[in-house]
Amino acid sequence: MNESGIAVEKLKTNDRGAMRMFLRNKAAVVGLVVFVFILLVTIFGPSLYGTSANKMVSRPFLAPSDDLAPLLGTDYLGRDILAGVVGGGRTTLLVAAVAAAMTMTIGIVIGSLAGYFGGWVDALLMRVTEIFQVMPTLLFSLVVIFLLGPGTRNETLAIGLTLWPLAARLARAEFLRLRELDFVKAARAIGCNDLRIMVRTILPNAMPPLLVSATLTIVIAILFHAGLAFLGMVDVNTVSWGSMLGKNRGYALTAWWTVFFPGLAIVITGLSVSLIGDGLQDAFNPKLRGR
Amino acid sequence: MTSLVTGQDALVEIQRVSKKFPTDGKAQVHAVTEVSLKIEHGETLAVVGESGCGKSTLANLIIRLHDADNGKILLKGQDITNLNPREMLVHRQTMQIIFQDPLASLDPRVRVGTSVAEPMRVHKAATKEAALERTRQLFELVGLQPAMMNNYPHQFSGGQRQRVCIARALALNPELVIADEAVSALDVSVQAQVMNLMLKLQQELGLSYLFISHDLAVVERIAHRVAVMYLGQVVELGSREQVFRDPQHSYTKRLLSAVPIADPRQRTSRPLLTGEIPSPVWPAGEGPEVINHVEVEPGHIVAEE
Repeated sequence: MNESGIAVEKLKTNDRGAMRMFLRNKAAVVGLVVFVFILLVTIFGPSLYGTSANKMVSRPFLAPSDDLAPLLGTDYLGRDILAGVVGGGRTTLLVAAVAAAMTMTIGIVIGSLAGYFGGWVDALLMRVTEIFQVMPTLLFSLVVIFLLGPGTRNETLAIGLTLWPLAARLARAEFLRLRELDFVKAARAIGCNDLRIMVRTILPNAMPPLLVSATLTIVIAILFHAGLAFLGMVDVNTVSWGSMLGKNRGYALTAWWTVFFPGLAIVITGLSVSLIGDGLQDAFNPKLRGR
Repeated sequence: MTSLVTGQDALVEIQRVSKKFPTDGKAQVHAVTEVSLKIEHGETLAVVGESGCGKSTLANLIIRLHDADNGKILLKGQDITNLNPREMLVHRQTMQIIFQDPLASLDPRVRVGTSVAEPMRVHKAATKEAALERTRQLFELVGLQPAMMNNYPHQFSGGQRQRVCIARALALNPELVIADEAVSALDVSVQAQVMNLMLKLQQELGLSYLFISHDLAVVERIAHRVAVMYLGQVVELGSREQVFRDPQHSYTKRLLSAVPIADPRQRTSRPLLTGEIPSPVWPAGEGPEVINHVEVEPGHIVAEE
């Protein structure tokens, strides 16, 4: 964006306006605060809290109310639940963030090419997209992990390769809608090339729904990774919210705290990201600005 | 058949240009059929006709937003019909377009100053300081305060937005500006202001206009020559006086008779346009009959009926 002073100036002031709109959405601010808190806890929590999530600290199944128990009780192996909640978000959030970025990148590239150029490009890319879309998502990612083995990178791939068709269809729809508008025709009449029109003219206008979709994708990826962990399809040596749910699920009725707190962590994380997405939608809508 | 073409050294000359669009199935819309026209330096050629007669398609063909199926488009004598986008780039400095809806033709997320400066950036025509300065001048030229450069399109009125679009179209010093229903979406008072601006710019900069409109009152005010289009073909072409005072083709006559007259005493019984125009959709392999033209007086060309 350093092509011209005008563009730089525009970007700065644009961001300021967007920020103001975001801050005006109270729910989004709450979501952002909660999410930053979760991020900080996930990054610095384990070393501050000290106890390893894998370490047996006491007798199994101590309820949080028990005098001997750590703050949130212990699981079936006597491991500290709080240590798990504090440390268990690390792989899930990392995998979800990278997988969502991958999903959006693949989706936007494929969807924008299909929507902008139309014709046989569209037909070909959309048939490929449909092949991915009709596969049962969880089974497909299980297959990817079966083939590649567990591990952070492969889990990311498994989720990213599964979720992109939705983003591609959304990006295609937006590009189809926008490419016929007069300001895109005006850009073409000025002499902008296809790449510039796609990246500089259409993409920014296609961003609001894509951003909301991206935050939704993060939420889905978090749930997806938790699901894979629940099924034991991730690295067994890493404690995550999903694996805590999976391993303790047989004791849910007798020791509710073993599944309640990791589950709550997943829900709060997902909700906070959703609220941020909602706020972003308002923030990037220039028509709402100045109200 | 007499050529529709008059004069010698034309800014734009189109020769027997046709454009069909596919519809569902095997049928095709014959939007423009064998149209030949010339636009001279510094003149305003108005193309009039009712909705769906192909006048906007014609504009898009000339500025190469659509590719012509047949025929030739010459810009200052050079054939631009089949140039690829890169070869076309230099010619885009010679002609620019203004659309009907000024709000839709400005990127809602971009400050208007940036939109006006964009042609200069795309064509690398100016340094950033020079582009900024030129944008400022353009704003003054079209009657806007340069301070408005930092506003977004939705913060402007319709007339102001159309001024912004005109400023953007002028950024590269074009010789031809195509105005595709450029004042049709504006209030009548604002319409007059924008037309006055266009006339002023024509005087100051020596612009040619291809002025596309369905509004005959507007056309009578701004045009030097008028082409009447009907179902994708030109049925009458002549100077403003020839077409408005002495219409020859029955469609032109009916079109003129449909213009409302404010003074009731001036009204006479008149043949009104009735019914729908025939469909321009034809099965594959078929098409409308190409009409022949006769020159009834110098520069006044009429389709044979």
